[in-house]
Amino acid sequence: MNDMSDGYMTADGRQIGGVLMELKNITLKFGGVTAIENISFDIREGEIRAIIGPNGAGKSSMLNVISGFYVPTEGEVWFKGYKRGPMKPYEIARLGIARTFQNIALFDGMSVLDNIMTGRLTKMKKGLLAQAGWWWTGAAKEEHENREKVERIIDFLEIQNIRKTPVGRLPYGLKKRVELARALAAEPKILLLDEPMAGMNVEEKEDMCRFILDLNDEFGTTIVLIEHDMGVVMDISDRVVVMDYGKKIGDGAPTEVRNNQAVIDAYLGVAHD
Amino acid sequence: MPDQLVYAMEVTLNGLMAGVLYSLVALGFVLIFKASGIFNYAQGVLALFAALTLVGIQNGQVPFAHMINAMTGGHLTNFGWQVPSVIAILLTGVVMVLLAIVIEKLVLKHLVNQAPIILFMATIGMAYFLEGFGDVMWGADIKTLDVGLPQGINETIESLTDRWFGYGFFIDNLDIVATLLAILLVTALTLFSQYSKQGRALRAVADDHQAALSVGISLRFIWVLVWSIAGFVALVAGIIWGTKSGVQFSLSLIALKALPVLMLGGFTSIPGAIVGGLIIGVGEKLFEFSIGPMIGGATENWFAYVLALVFLVFRPQGLFGEKIIERV
Repeated sequence: MNDMSDGYMTADGRQIGGVLMELKNITLKFGGVTAIENISFDIREGEIRAIIGPNGAGKSSMLNVISGFYVPTEGEVWFKGYKRGPMKPYEIARLGIARTFQNIALFDGMSVLDNIMTGRLTKMKKGLLAQAGWWWTGAAKEEHENREKVERIIDFLEIQNIRKTPVGRLPYGLKKRVELARALAAEPKILLLDEPMAGMNVEEKEDMCRFILDLNDEFGTTIVLIEHDMGVVMDISDRVVVMDYGKKIGDGAPTEVRNNQAVIDAYLGVAHD
Repeated sequence: MPDQLVYAMEVTLNGLMAGVLYSLVALGFVLIFKASGIFNYAQGVLALFAALTLVGIQNGQVPFAHMINAMTGGHLTNFGWQVPSVIAILLTGVVMVLLAIVIEKLVLKHLVNQAPIILFMATIGMAYFLEGFGDVMWGADIKTLDVGLPQGINETIESLTDRWFGYGFFIDNLDIVATLLAILLVTALTLFSQYSKQGRALRAVADDHQAALSVGISLRFIWVLVWSIAGFVALVAGIIWGTKSGVQFSLSLIALKALPVLMLGGFTSIPGAIVGGLIIGVGEKLFEFSIGPMIGGATENWFAYVLALVFLVFRPQGLFGEKIIERV
C-alpha cells in the first residue's frame, strides 16, 4: 500500500484527509473471554470506514470501544492527535462522536422532532437559569437556531411527514432513519453506525445507502459502519477492516479485501485450526 | 336557597382544594418515576424533612443541637435569631439540592442498571434514614410552621355566596393559596420539561439510558436535577401541609394519600397526577357528604383506596398513564 500520511484519493475521486482517529493495539477482555485481540487501525477524515466480519467477530465490541461504552483492557485510542484518557460515554459524545445502535435506541415516548433535538443537546450552551429567561436571555433564539439545523436534517433524510409522530409508533425502517438523524444532529466528527441496514428490505437498504453516501458527500462526515451485508459494504465504503474471532484478518480497499484469502476463508467457513 | 345542592357545591369546592394538595404530593412521585423509573417511597419523608428544615432555619435552631449538647455537655439550642420566611425558604431549597447531590453520590450512583425493585428498596431505606436524620437534626417535637401564608375563612367568598345562595361557603384561604401555588408549580414544571433542553434531556433519560449517553447526556447530572426538583416539590407540599396541620411525623404519611392518586392518574403523567388528585379530592368529599351518613360516616379514610382498586381492575395504567405494549 502506498504512503497515506496526508490522505489518499478514492476510486471515485474523493480526497480523503489525514488520520482522525487511531486505535492502537486494542484488546478487550470480559473475564476470560477475549472479544478483541490486539487490533490496530486508523480512521481518516472524510472516509467511509467499514468493519465487517462474521457473527461474534467482535465488531460491535470495537464500535463500543470507539464510542466509549467499553473501556479497552489494553491499548490506546488517539483522537485528533491526542491520546484519549478514561472518559465516560457522554463525555466522548461531547467530543463529537455520535452513534446509532444495532437494536435501535430511541426515546419512544418523544416525537421524532424531539428525538432529533436531543442530538443537539451538546450544542446548546444556555444553562438552567438562562433557560427560564427564555426570550430575555436568548434561550429562545438558541432553541430556534438549533431547530433550523434539525429541520435541515429532517429534509435531508426525507422524514418531514412524520415530524410530530411519537417514535414508538414508527415502523422499523423509519426508526433507523430517525436514529441516524439524531446522531447526525450532533454534527459529529465521527459517525458510528452499528448495522444501519440490519433487518431492512431491499428498498430500505437502498435508501439507507443513498443517505450514507449523500451525507458523507454533503457534510463531509467521517463514517464508521458495521455491516453484515457484504455487497452493501463493498459498494459504499472506502476502506474495510475485516475481523474474525476478535482478530483483524484484513484491512484495505474493498477490492483488496475481497481477494484476501483469510477473508474468503472466514466468510466461507473454512475450519479454524 | 340553602338546600342540598348548595351544600354539595361547597363540598365540591372544598374537595377540589383538598385534591390539589394530594396532587402536589403525587407530583413529586411522578417526576422521579418518569425520569428514572424509581418509585420513590421517600417522597413523603422528603416533604417532612423539608418542612422540618424550614422551621429550623426560620427559628434559628442549631442543627444537631441534642447531639452536640450530649457530646460537649453544652446547652446550645438556638442561635437566637429569626430568619425572614423568604430567605428561609430559599435556604431550605439549597438544602434540598444538597440532599439530592448526596443521595446521588451515596446511593443512586452505586445502583446503576439495577432492577427497579432494588431501587425501590433503596428508597425505603432512605425514607427511614431521613426520618431519623430529620429528628436528630432538628428535634422530634411537634412544631408550628408559619411562613406568612394567609389562613382562615375567605370572607369575600363567604359574603358573595351568601348573597347568591343565602348561604356563605366556608373556603379556607390556605387552600386557595395552595391551589394557586400548585397551578404555578405545574405550569413551571410543564414548561421546563417540554421546552428546556434539560427537560428534554430528562425525558430522554427516562426513555433510554444508553441512547441518552450516546447524545452526550450525563445521567448523574440528570439524577441530581430530578431529585432536586422532587425535593423542591416536597418543600412546597411540606410548607402547605405543615402550615395546615403542624410539622410532625404524620406529615410524611401524606405520601399514602398520593398512592391512590397515582393509580388513578397513572404513574407517568403530570396531568394525570393533577386530575387524579382532583377526582379523589372531590370524590371522597362528595361520597362522605352523600353516602357517608347512611353507612355511618368516616368514608374519607378508605374511599380513595377503593376507587384506586376499581381502577386497577378496569384500567391498570391509570387515566393518563402509558399503556405498555410490547411488540413481539
